Amino acid sequence: MSVEAWVREFARLVTAEAPRLTELDSAIGDADHGANLSRGLNAVVSALDTSSFPDDGALLKKVGMVLVSTVGGASGPLYGTFFLRAAGALGDGFPAAFRAGVDGVAARGKSTTGEKTMLDALVPAAEALAAGKDWAAVVDAAETGRDATIPLVARKGRASYLGERSAGHLDPGAASATLLVTAAATTLGADG
Amino acid sequence: MKKLINAPADVVVEALAGLAAAHPRLAVDLQNRVVYRADGPVPGKVGLISGGGSGHEPMHGGFVGPGMLDAACAGEVFTSPVPEQILAATKLADGGAGVLHIVKNYTGDVMNFEMAAELAEDVQIATVVTNDDVAVEDSLYTAGRRGVGVTVLLEKIAGAAAAEGRDLAEVTAIAQRVNDRGRSMGLALTSCTVPAAGKPTFDLPDDQMELGVGIHGEPGRRRVPLASAHEAAAMLVEPVLAEIRPDQGVLAFVNGLGGTPLIEQYLLYGEVAALLDKQGIPVVRSLVGSYITSLDMAGASVTLLALDDELLRLWDAPVDTPGLRWGA
Repeated sequence: MSVEAWVREFARLVTAEAPRLTELDSAIGDADHGANLSRGLNAVVSALDTSSFPDDGALLKKVGMVLVSTVGGASGPLYGTFFLRAAGALGDGFPAAFRAGVDGVAARGKSTTGEKTMLDALVPAAEALAAGKDWAAVVDAAETGRDATIPLVARKGRASYLGERSAGHLDPGAASATLLVTAAATTLGADG
Repeated sequence: MKKLINAPADVVVEALAGLAAAHPRLAVDLQNRVVYRADGPVPGKVGLISGGGSGHEPMHGGFVGPGMLDAACAGEVFTSPVPEQILAATKLADGGAGVLHIVKNYTGDVMNFEMAAELAEDVQIATVVTNDDVAVEDSLYTAGRRGVGVTVLLEKIAGAAAAEGRDLAEVTAIAQRVNDRGRSMGLALTSCTVPAAGKPTFDLPDDQMELGVGIHGEPGRRRVPLASAHEAAAMLVEPVLAEIRPDQGVLAFVNGLGGTPLIEQYLLYGEVAALLDKQGIPVVRSLVGSYITSLDMAGASVTLLALDDELLRLWDAPVDTPGLRWGA
């Protein structure tokens, strides 16, 4: 399998889950996370359908550029930066590329874990990958991190404007980030 | 949901096309969703651009014209524009004296404008981030206060400073001063409905209102029982006054959020003016109307700007845009 299959599977999952992501965002954000991300990933799929790439790094770079230029909001720069940074580190293997992407998200968002963001799912997944865990454990790490955002008070993004009222809701960014990990498990994981 | 649209995905582009058709002195780059002065850029003048999600009309495209913005870029509904759009607006506004980016403090807007400024290597860029909403705690632990009503006043006043021929540093300093001397607070009586979502963003029972609401249907500070306009005015004015020091009088701005008619806005303004009068604060200028909206949300916000002589003079300077026009 290839990183192209990973990106396509991520796009499929986000499109399927868009209404749920938007619903999660309605509770603590501005009700556009699913619509924005699926719009960007539809553009990504179109780009993949109509282009060819010399290598996987070039492909991921294109994915990042398309996301930055179509998604908007905070998700565009954050997911765009993830793929751009991952593209640059792909030569060191998937776990290193994934880690580089996650570090890029943290730098772009000036954020860290525990602030009710994408990073709460991405960082545990990156750590599980780096530790050589199997894909089931990597997905489990992301899902556990995602679910752990429920009681947290948001410190970044629009949800932070709610203060204490943001507690009790699953973070939509952590939910979409978990789809990114799930997509990797079902595509890249098929290599065994 | 009942919306006068064709398709949710086409709302922004079709609205911009309509804006351009209605106002021949504006030009629109539909590809990049940028509204700009048809007679621009003005050589030697500092360019002013702003942008943000759509759904706040007339902000920002309706504030493009002599005496205010040179260009504005429109994101999707409630979603910030992307770096390419911001870069396109920057280039259309650049008359060789640099460009001021006016950014409301939302994570996505800040990040996208940052990325655009990194890309615009050959244009001198300064940035001011508005953060006037007292409903949000400003602390190290949040993304900071939101930018709301003050943005309109800042675009007008900084626009006048640029029209006078001030340089980029001076225009930026004036813009920053408007931000520092202005504060806002809003309330919602209903949710708005984002076209792509197709249903109200939040449920608000008939007997309640949301206090401290922003301009994206994101919930406010707290729910309170529905109050009279008299009581509501106090709930909005008191937290605003707690944070500014009006030494020479204020500009009082009552803003409708999209679904509240002017009759209620003026009624609320009367209450606000009476409250300020009672506290001995002279209202030197006023603005009432729907200028920074949240789609079809019913509700209003109050912005108070502590004026000084220079800000007052710049506020009174001519402006000629679809949304604000006087003296021109």
